[in-house]
Amino acid sequence: MTATDTELVVQCQDIYKTYQQGPIAVHALSEINFDVHRGDFICLSGPSGSGKSTLLNMIGGLDVPSSGEIYIDGEEIDELDKGELADMRLHKIGFIFQAYNLIPVLTAQENIEMVMQMQGIKKHERHEKSLTTLKEVGLEGLEHRKPPELSGGQQQRVAVARAIVSQPSLVLADEPTANLDSVTANKLIDLMLQMNEQHKTTFIISTHDPMIMQRAKTLVKLHDGKIIDRIQQ
Amino acid sequence: MNSFSLIMALAWRNLWRNKRRTSVILFAMILGIWAMVVTAAFMRGMALQALDDTINNLTGHIQIHHPKYLDDPVIDNTITMSATLEKALTTDQVLHWSSRIRVPAVVNSERDTSGVVLVGINPKQEAELSFLKNAIVQGQYFNSNNDKGVIIGKKLADNLETKLGKRIVLMTQNKDNEITDRGFRITGIYDTPTEGMETGFVFITTRSAEKLIGSNQLTSEITLLTRSLDDVDTTLGQLKADLPDLDVQSWKTLQPFTQLIVEMYGDFQYIWHLIVFLAMSFGIINTLLMTIFERTREFGLFQALGLKPRFILLQVWIEAVFMLFLALIIGNLVSWLTVIATGDGIDVSAFAQGMEMAQLSNIIPFIIISEDLMLANFIVISLGMLTGLYPAWRASRLVPANAITRI
Repeated sequence: MTATDTELVVQCQDIYKTYQQGPIAVHALSEINFDVHRGDFICLSGPSGSGKSTLLNMIGGLDVPSSGEIYIDGEEIDELDKGELADMRLHKIGFIFQAYNLIPVLTAQENIEMVMQMQGIKKHERHEKSLTTLKEVGLEGLEHRKPPELSGGQQQRVAVARAIVSQPSLVLADEPTANLDSVTANKLIDLMLQMNEQHKTTFIISTHDPMIMQRAKTLVKLHDGKIIDRIQQ
Repeated sequence: MNSFSLIMALAWRNLWRNKRRTSVILFAMILGIWAMVVTAAFMRGMALQALDDTINNLTGHIQIHHPKYLDDPVIDNTITMSATLEKALTTDQVLHWSSRIRVPAVVNSERDTSGVVLVGINPKQEAELSFLKNAIVQGQYFNSNNDKGVIIGKKLADNLETKLGKRIVLMTQNKDNEITDRGFRITGIYDTPTEGMETGFVFITTRSAEKLIGSNQLTSEITLLTRSLDDVDTTLGQLKADLPDLDVQSWKTLQPFTQLIVEMYGDFQYIWHLIVFLAMSFGIINTLLMTIFERTREFGLFQALGLKPRFILLQVWIEAVFMLFLALIIGNLVSWLTVIATGDGIDVSAFAQGMEMAQLSNIIPFIIISEDLMLANFIVISLGMLTGLYPAWRASRLVPANAITRI
């Protein structure tokens, strides 16, 4: 490991999340203490309702913990307002969701360029980068197709390309293979591992998929909102 | 700026994402704008026509009378043209003026009799001032003040069962309060859209009137036109100051019903625009809320990817603005074509008696003036933009974690 590899990208300290469902308090996350280093490829596993997606949302700043602190690149996200959180997500985090996560009125290339456009990157530069990334994810020649004209696997590849194109510190993927057949899912995992190797992109993936669990560098098991095990593979 | 160009593109493309829904709401908005503009044109046409008819049908912009004349329009209550009076009328703001003798009279033909208002006019002055010269449909207008003929309305000629070239007898009171009469040959017949005018007014020259009444230099009223309607109030003030012994009034007080129509039109226009817009705004809000409901995941995704809430607000709002502008462009165009298609106006002669009571003629023109068009467009744009803010605000307030998981 290099010095950069040991850099902390995510720090979760004593995270609790409680939802109020009528009179009942549901403890979605408890006592979460969790560090992620640059270049990690972490898989969050556990049964439905174990808190995987909730933890991912907290790390991504899409939801706020009831107590505890989360640091991204050393910055405590609880102290950021909505606009600053949006900025942090824009510049530091890439998201891949289970499905329906492309904008249907934009082409594959425009979907990829969208994040760079929001970042204020110049047209020709984002054009070049998006084409290179499309090539990397094996979608060369499909740049002008809109999401409905792409298969589920191709759509997820576009989502991966969009997540990594601006080289964020962290990519968060929530059940990225859930809607894919095993062959397409395997290719997607290959792609994410390749990105992790090539660009040292940090991945945190929430999944039920045993294929991802087997191939992740670190497996974090959750149960009833608590981390019950952390395995280096 | 880059986020802005992105959301502009997104707003435009999203507008056409559900073509049927966008088309339906656009159609409804175009219909609303059409209703606003065309109704405004109709009402404006009605008001301006009422005003034009009032001014052209002898009232003019301002009239000068003996102080008692309007209460008792008899020969005793007349005025005499004086140097002071003529000087007061010789100003830049007075475009034309005409003196008239106006007395109640009875007209007899071979077949019938009718009560009328006999108006003695100076042909040259009157030609510049009122409708008469241009309304002659048979025979001709008076050649000079020496003309001995009489001009009557078409409808009166029908009622009296007489025609051009026939003689009629006019009977009135002379200056000594004696009944006097005199035969006149019909040298002209006029036709106006207002039936009451045609049956109620008979015209001879002032010279003929003086001979009939037996007195010279009598004037019942002086009617004048100012250079524009805007000059009426200042000219009125000036004349009142110059002629303190005479009764000087503008069309507003001489014809209060016309004034009421003109004023009512302005208020009605605002109310009508607001009613139409209210109906339209429900369509806008409903469409945008449906859009937000359908695209909740997308808005969550945008936030997850780092688009600031204010740009989400802007995206939905710009979608509403695009819709508004499209509807305005098409709505105005359709309204304009409708107004062109109506030509001189619509014929409402089926309601002639009602129109007569409202001092309106049987053909109502559609008149679009820039102020009315701007008012309708301003209401749609300004209130439409405000209306679009609510759904846009709702979209920007979505919690990304909840929105992204919405099925």
